[in-house]
Order: sequence, then C-alpha cells, then structure tokens
Amino acid sequence: MFEILEKERIGPGVNRAVIFAPEIARAHKPGQFIILRTHADGERIPLTIADKDADKGTITLVWQEVGVTTYYMGTMCVGDKLQDLCGPLGKPTHIEKFGTVVGIGGGIGVAPLFPITKGMHDAGNHVITIVGARTEGLLIMTEDMRKVSDELLIATDDGSFGIHGFVTQVLQSLIDKGTKIDLCVAIGPVPMMRAVVKVTKAANLPTVVSLNPIMVDGTGMCGACRVEVGGKTMFGCVDGPEFDGHEVDFELLMKRLAMYKGPELIALNKFRETDRGCQCTFPGGA
Amino acid sequence: MSEQQKPKKPKIPRQKMPEQNPIERAHNFYEVALGYDNDLALLEASRCLHCKKPYCMAGCPVEVDIPDFVEMVKKGDFIGAAWKVKEKNSLPRIAGRVCPQESQCESKCVLGKKGEPCAIGRLERFVADYAAVHGEGKTPELPKPTGLRVGVVGSGPAGLTLAGALIKKGVAVTVFEALHELGGVLVYGIPEFRLPKAIVKSEVDELRKLGVEFKTNWVVGRIETVDDLLEKAKFDGVFIGTGAGAPLFLKIPGENLNGVYSANEFLTRANLMKAYLFPQSDTPTAKGRRVVVFGGGNVAMDSARSALRLGAEEVTIVYRRTMEELPARAEEVHHAVEEGIKFQLLTAPTEIIGNETGWAVGVHCQKMVLGEPDNSGRRRPMPTDEFFDIECDTVIVSIGNGANPLVPSTTKNLETNKWGNIVADLETGKTSKDRVWAGGDIVTGAATVILAMGAGRKAALSMLDTFGIK
Repeated sequence: MFEILEKERIGPGVNRAVIFAPEIARAHKPGQFIILRTHADGERIPLTIADKDADKGTITLVWQEVGVTTYYMGTMCVGDKLQDLCGPLGKPTHIEKFGTVVGIGGGIGVAPLFPITKGMHDAGNHVITIVGARTEGLLIMTEDMRKVSDELLIATDDGSFGIHGFVTQVLQSLIDKGTKIDLCVAIGPVPMMRAVVKVTKAANLPTVVSLNPIMVDGTGMCGACRVEVGGKTMFGCVDGPEFDGHEVDFELLMKRLAMYKGPELIALNKFRETDRGCQCTFPGGA
Repeated sequence: MSEQQKPKKPKIPRQKMPEQNPIERAHNFYEVALGYDNDLALLEASRCLHCKKPYCMAGCPVEVDIPDFVEMVKKGDFIGAAWKVKEKNSLPRIAGRVCPQESQCESKCVLGKKGEPCAIGRLERFVADYAAVHGEGKTPELPKPTGLRVGVVGSGPAGLTLAGALIKKGVAVTVFEALHELGGVLVYGIPEFRLPKAIVKSEVDELRKLGVEFKTNWVVGRIETVDDLLEKAKFDGVFIGTGAGAPLFLKIPGENLNGVYSANEFLTRANLMKAYLFPQSDTPTAKGRRVVVFGGGNVAMDSARSALRLGAEEVTIVYRRTMEELPARAEEVHHAVEEGIKFQLLTAPTEIIGNETGWAVGVHCQKMVLGEPDNSGRRRPMPTDEFFDIECDTVIVSIGNGANPLVPSTTKNLETNKWGNIVADLETGKTSKDRVWAGGDIVTGAATVILAMGAGRKAALSMLDTFGIK
C-alpha cells in the first residue's frame, strides 16, 4: 500500500499529492509514468510522475478530475493509501545537451513536463518554457517551472494572466524572432500538441510529444494503448510514452481516447451517487 | 443347482464430468465443469489398471506419480492422493483444470488403446479440490534453510512451479510480479469459467504458507534489472518466466479502430479487472452485440466464450482452416459449439471496416481452400477470389503472442533468438548468462500452462543441482 503524505488542490479539479513509494522514487527517470489502482475494484490508470525525492522515497502525482478514478483520488486524504502503484514505466526521456530546448506545457501537461524540463536544464541546455492554460486559475506549477527554466513565458487563452493567446502563438513569435531552437518538447491536451506540431513542422524543428492513450497493464502485454507513429503501430506504454511529434497520428489518438466515453460516464455517475471514501475535497468543496 | 457361469465383470465406462448446462452457463461466469464427487472418483479410479510400466507418467511434463495417486483414490485415501500429486506438481488444482490431458498422460493410457483412457486429469482435479476443502492433514516438513536465495521474474505457472519446488528444498524464493495480482496468465488470461481466480489464489496462498515471498507491482527491468537482482540484491540465481506477453496483430487495415481488441486486452479487462461486474468494478469493456474473433486456439475460444457471457448476441470465430485443424483443445471447441459460438471456417480477414467516428462496423473476409501441407504438417490455407463481409461491432484478435522485450532488453549478455525469445536449454532452463535460468512461454513461445510448469520444474532441478542440493 502506498501512503499519501501530502495532498493539495492546486486548481479547480486539479490535485497534487506526494506519495510514499521508495523503490519507484529511486528508479524513476524523467518522462516515465506509473499505473495506479485506488482500491480492489478500481481500474488501472496511468499518470506521469511529476516529481520525485529519492532521499525521502516519495513521488509526486498531479491529476485532473475527469473520470471515476481521478475523482475518487480527489476525495483521498493525507494518510489514505493507494491500493497499487506500479512503475516506473515507459522509456525515459532522451536527455542530453541539445543547445536550446523549448518546453511547451498546456493545462495539466505542465506536470509531466516539469521533470523533463528539470532534466534538460541540469544537462546544461538553455531552457525556454512556455506554459499555457485557458485562464489564470488553471495555470499550475508556474513557480516550480521558473526554477528550472532560463526563460519562462506564460500565456492564457483569455488574457487573464501573462500573454493573451495560445502557446502556439508564443512559440511562433519565438521562431519569428529568429531564436535558435534545437528541440521542442510539447505535453498537453491532444489538440494543443497537434497545433504545436503544426508550427514546428513548418519551421522544421524536432519535436517530442508525450502521449496519454488508454492503458490497462502498462507493460506491453495488452496493446490497448496502440498509437500510430510514422504509419507504424506502436504501444504507448513500452515504445513511448514519448514519440516524434511530426510522425504521430493525432486524429487516431483522439478517437481512441473517446472509446469508453459512454461507460466512463456510467461509472462516474455511479460514483457520484455513492459515498466512497473521505470527501474533504470533493468537487464543489475546497 | 446347475453350473453357473461366472458373470462377466461389467465394463465401467469413462466417467463423464458433470457440467453446467450450456444454455445457463453461456450467461454466467461460473465454472463450466463442476468436478467429480466421491462416487464418480472411486468409479473412475477403479478403471485404472495400475500398469507396471506406467506410460501415462511419461506423458506428464512434471512426472506426477499417476498410478500411485490413482491407487490411493481407489482406496478412498483422497488426501493421501493429493499429497502424492503435490510431490511433483505444486499447482494440481490448476493443472487438473487446464492441462490438455488428452494429448499428454491420457494419450499414453493403455485403456485408451481399445476404449477410453482413464480420466487422470479429472481425478487430479478431484483430489486437489478435496484436499483444499477438507483440510490438508499435514503440511510438509520443510528442510532447514540452505541460505540460498532465488529471484523469480513473473508469477505465472512456470515461476510458481519453480518456487514450490525450491522452497521444499530449503531455498528461499522471492517472486516479482508486474501486475497487482499473482498468477500471470492464470489470472489475466484464462477466464473465471475455466479457472476461478479463487483456485489460483488458494494455490498461491499455499506457496506463501511454505514461505515463498511475493512482490506485486514490481516490474523487473524498470525498478531493478536482472543484473541488479544478482549483483545488488545478491540472489544466488534468477529464473525468468515472463511469458509470451506481447500481442500480435494481423497488420491489416483497420486494426486500430475502436472496438478492436487484442485477446490479451479483452481477457485482461474481463478477468483480471472483472469488467463483467462493471459498474461495480470500475473497468469497462466492449459489450459487443456482434463479436468476431480472429484465430482458432484456446485463447480464441476463451475470448469468444467470454464475449458471449458479457452479453453478445452473436459471436463468430473466423479461422483460416477447418474444424480439423483448430489448434484449441477438443474440449474447449466442444464447449464453444455447445454454447452457440459460430465458426466461419476457411476464412481469412483482410480488412476491418470502420465508420466515420472510428468504430469497427464489419470485417472484410476472403474465402480460403486447403492446399498442400506446410512446415507445420497442416494443410496450408490458400486464398480464393471470393470475398464477403461480416457485420460486427467488436473484433478480438487472437492470433498469438510474441515475447515481451522488457526483461531480455534490460539484461546484459542474455541471448535471444530472432523472435525475441530467450535462448535456454529445454532440459535445464539454463540461459547464456551465468546464474540465470528461463522457462515457459518466454523461451518456447506461446504454449500451454503445463509445459510452462514442466519448464519451471526442470529449471528448479537444474538450480538444485548447480547449488549442490539433493
């Protein structure tokens, strides 16, 4: 069992928790994820590790409440335990000194981008980070990002904070200014990653994206996480989660992500009707 | 009184296994075969000739003392019989259910030459279940710990068998399992109606009682490599039994459409994640109305029969050859037919047809004919120019599994073949790497539970030999 040591709400429906998992903390490398189960009848869901402290034996998870498991996790408190936590899974990010690396994080995607940004920064890259959200209240981990970035650019769709516009517009203006960029790393909602790739393809900038297909086992056994990259079928869990953004079939990814929309809603509605676990931060509260 | 002729001893037929009725069972996940009762077991055991030269034993990959245990059944010593089996087989409740006995022990039975062989598998199941329900009597006395420690990668049939064999010789065993439950394919793959999870759990618990240590959620190759287990964790030996866990696809158009599953995914959702209880359990799966399954092996039968139990109106198995060549066990095919699974034979899928939202709506198929025998000795299916479509909403691809590359690719100096399987001596399980053994599907490619158990047993004997333990 994996105890929750810290838990806080960092945005509407967005939570951050520090969890005791010493083996995973010790082995984790940027870009890797875990699969968790909250309780005996729970589903297995993947979440990218947002940070770790190997000395304390902890990992940090950040999640947005969208389905039954993430809502349930929202109701968990310090001292509660996750039934299962398996990881670290997936290939680590390829980190080396590329030169200038631009990290682009949208919404909740800022969390998985954080350890990669930190890794790229530690490897001696000049790191420019672009963080975006729909509105100011949805911006997360900006201060964490500031510490590991040489330049931090913040954008909101509605202009409530920072630059008024999309992350792609910020990226485009960097390119237009003639900034020498050696690598882009984009993590966020699929439409955002697709839009970023459109920009970087035109500018011929190598771009890594981290995909979040539906998974079950997470070790290459079931093939639920099939994605198409460069016309070839790959497994997100073991061949990824990071892929060459220019080659990813984002349309297929979006369709496959919608595969369980109906059942997901049934499960969520059932969860909302039942009193499952502590509800100290249940949506509408905190 | 006139001379009376001695009445001829009535010939006892092979005793049938009581089963749930097909119409009922097609809609539930309870076990299909119900098992012998005491009387049936006594009757069946009485058929055994107790041959001096027991050919049946030669047909058993783990060399169970078959005539001896059947003799004990005859005498009504069911618990003694169970212990006799367990001397060689640590997982008899499982083997008694999923072994293809018809092609192993029972295929060698002398009774089978003129009539039907003794139902060894059913008797094995009976005594193991009897002992589990009525108490074991005694737990075996374990020898003093030798101080030796073995790490086992994967808790499937090979790893569990090896663990049982080693712990009984005083070797400490730690089993590392990537999933949250123990049993490997026994819990994620084989359906509840063929092998209830409670049975697997009881066998695992028995190993735990003997002192085997289990670590779940533990991905060797990610948390620690095999080299770490040897160098840092100081295990004296490591056994790799990670199975054939990488699903193969046909690489035909449309395979990534929504509603298309690998058999592994479909069965994992239904079994391990208990999707049949959804929404009591959180994991959903396709509740297809019309389901098509590609393939003709045991896994295809399991997928088709699971789909039926999940509520499908029509389930069709699409197979390139004929009923004769189906690789599945005869009993599984028979059960599938009884339950109403349709067989579309001499048919190869060429494309999965999707709608505009990305969901599968049908399968484009090509009729085949049988040609000359190929390398496998079976007649090769040859395409014809006849095509047709099958309407469906769910497709389950069950054409086999490759080797999962995670452990081989993270272990130094471990030789693999061109399919990615670990190269290991089939008699000893020894690999190219010192102190590392391997066995089961990761070595042979997808095979049966009992062959994996046999490999686990052979590797355990080889380890004991290497360690100098008798």
